[in-house]
Amino acid sequence: MPAKTMYDKIWEQHVVREMPDGLTIIYIDAHLVHEVTSPQAFEGLRAAGRKLRRPDLIYATMDHNIPTTDWSLPMTDEIAKLQVDMLSKNCKEFDVPLYDLDSPHQGIVHIIGPELGITQPGKTMVCGDSHTSTHGALGALAFGIGTSEVEHVMATQCLLQKRSKTFEIRIDGTLPEGITAKDIILNIIGHTGTAGGTGAVIEYTGSTIRGMSMDERMTVCNMSIELGARAGMIAPDDTTFEYVAGRKFAPSEAQFDQAVAQWKTLVTDSDATFDQHLSINAADIVPQVTWGTNPGMVTDVTGIVPDPATMPEENDRKAAERALEYMGLKPNMPITDIAIDRVFIGSCTNARLSDLHAAADIIKGRKVSPDVVALVVPGSQSIKKQAEAEGLDKVFKEAGFEWRESGCSMCLGMNPDILQPGERSASTSNRNFEGRQGRDARTHLVSPPMAAAAAIAGHFVDIRDW
Amino acid sequence: MPEPFTQHEGRVAPLDRTNVDTDQIIPKQFLKRIERTGFGQFLFNDWRFLPDGSLNTAFVLNEPRYQGTTILVAGDNFGCGSSREHAPWALQDYGFRVVISPSFADIFYNNCFKNGLLPVVLSEETIRRILADASAQEIYTLSVDLEAQTVSEPDGTAHLFEVDPFRKTFILEGLDEIGWTLQYEEDITAYENSR
Repeated sequence: MPAKTMYDKIWEQHVVREMPDGLTIIYIDAHLVHEVTSPQAFEGLRAAGRKLRRPDLIYATMDHNIPTTDWSLPMTDEIAKLQVDMLSKNCKEFDVPLYDLDSPHQGIVHIIGPELGITQPGKTMVCGDSHTSTHGALGALAFGIGTSEVEHVMATQCLLQKRSKTFEIRIDGTLPEGITAKDIILNIIGHTGTAGGTGAVIEYTGSTIRGMSMDERMTVCNMSIELGARAGMIAPDDTTFEYVAGRKFAPSEAQFDQAVAQWKTLVTDSDATFDQHLSINAADIVPQVTWGTNPGMVTDVTGIVPDPATMPEENDRKAAERALEYMGLKPNMPITDIAIDRVFIGSCTNARLSDLHAAADIIKGRKVSPDVVALVVPGSQSIKKQAEAEGLDKVFKEAGFEWRESGCSMCLGMNPDILQPGERSASTSNRNFEGRQGRDARTHLVSPPMAAAAAIAGHFVDIRDW
Repeated sequence: MPEPFTQHEGRVAPLDRTNVDTDQIIPKQFLKRIERTGFGQFLFNDWRFLPDGSLNTAFVLNEPRYQGTTILVAGDNFGCGSSREHAPWALQDYGFRVVISPSFADIFYNNCFKNGLLPVVLSEETIRRILADASAQEIYTLSVDLEAQTVSEPDGTAHLFEVDPFRKTFILEGLDEIGWTLQYEEDITAYENSR
């Protein structure tokens, strides 16, 4: 038997039919749905008189456009409300379980998938959202799809694909104090650029990854799309199995050992080869801060804003000039001199309980800078409840943070949580694109402790000196 | 079902920017609609319009000579970012039939084919020249032939481009992919029963 990667193995287990030219019908084990990318797909099914093939393999929640303020009040954005109501109506009509604002399981779609045990090693998973790569942290093959493919999966439980290239990103060594999974993935994107993984499925390997918690692995896999990859995955191990055990949709106790035995066979064979490689030494990584308008425009907190004039490639130079103009930054300015107006701790990248812990540890007993408005948006209702049970909400509120309901919030600003023009944020989210957090808003991506420290100081600080 | 795409001749709009992401193509505040149509008015909203809603005359698509253009040529990694199919919907609704770039983000590239919008990859060098010519000349037209997989310049110079055979067939004929897959329903059921 030829040596295989984990991707090859999961792919082969899901082939329904392969055509002579390589086009393959692959089976999808779990389909996650939210309010923004699904209405046109449900409408397509209705218009064609088609049924939902497997209502038992689809799960829906509301996360993208919902407010994070008091949910007992009606939504004031009429168009957003229509979209949310449409999801409720569609889920009822097609018999899809919906974790809506009244459900204790509501949350960001990529947070509740693992939380509910829907995400499992070896599964193929899709969602009409690019950060579906998050689920790969548990050894699932998970990718974001457009609305036409959402409809395709609804009708057929399959997708048409060709096999992707494979890309091994190996991270070895112990994470230095103050360095998080977010710094690792930002550092990786700094190396590859935003298109370095295009067409590939990444497998993250190495001792640093092995030493990570599930939450940390999810942060890494989450941003695979920011280097252009189709998906990012991590081989399942005891950390994974312990995480999955006992969750709502996990295999029952009686079947769990058998499931684990099967999951253990998924790991990449020792003599398998990848199409691309990148190797990173964890010891070399320092806290990362983005300075530009895509996640590849990133540098060390100890560094300076780069000078476009020194960039050899014309495309890079022009892009950097545009980015600095948009960001209102000058070349060679120390990163720690950048003052901020807003802090956002949240998103499918960094709104899990351990992220909130990491931020709370920094701010405990301190006060948010008078020049800063800071927001914490837990990733799910379950995380929110757990954090409140531990008193984290009090730590945040006493420091001057706003404590909100769960959702995507300021990561993409589809709801009222946006920056005003010209405002600058330290954000634990995943994209610093122009306008992402509001028109003319300036976003710097950082880890939760870096965001928390910036909230207190009013500018970026090296968390290692905190 | 997508509109079929076979050949297209049209005027070119040069967008000399790299990493044009889907948040630029269609900002998030316009994703709340529940239809597939009507997104063209919001295409490149923050670039086309000033904060007060007036036209940004400095933006290339607002120049009089690029009105009615149907082929968009841009720098590499076009369409990076989110999976929102609203991006190709907006480009198409605005009037574009073809987008040409040295490279595309995967999900965006895939989404285009589902909607009869043809994404074409040409070399960086060719794109540089097309961008320069389309900026220098009052009217610059390209001709795209999907069957032959060529993009032809006004002087007749033809550039071959790659396209996956299955994507080509689907978009040439405007096939309903769901209907196509459902031909294999027996295989799907057999697969489900085998697990």
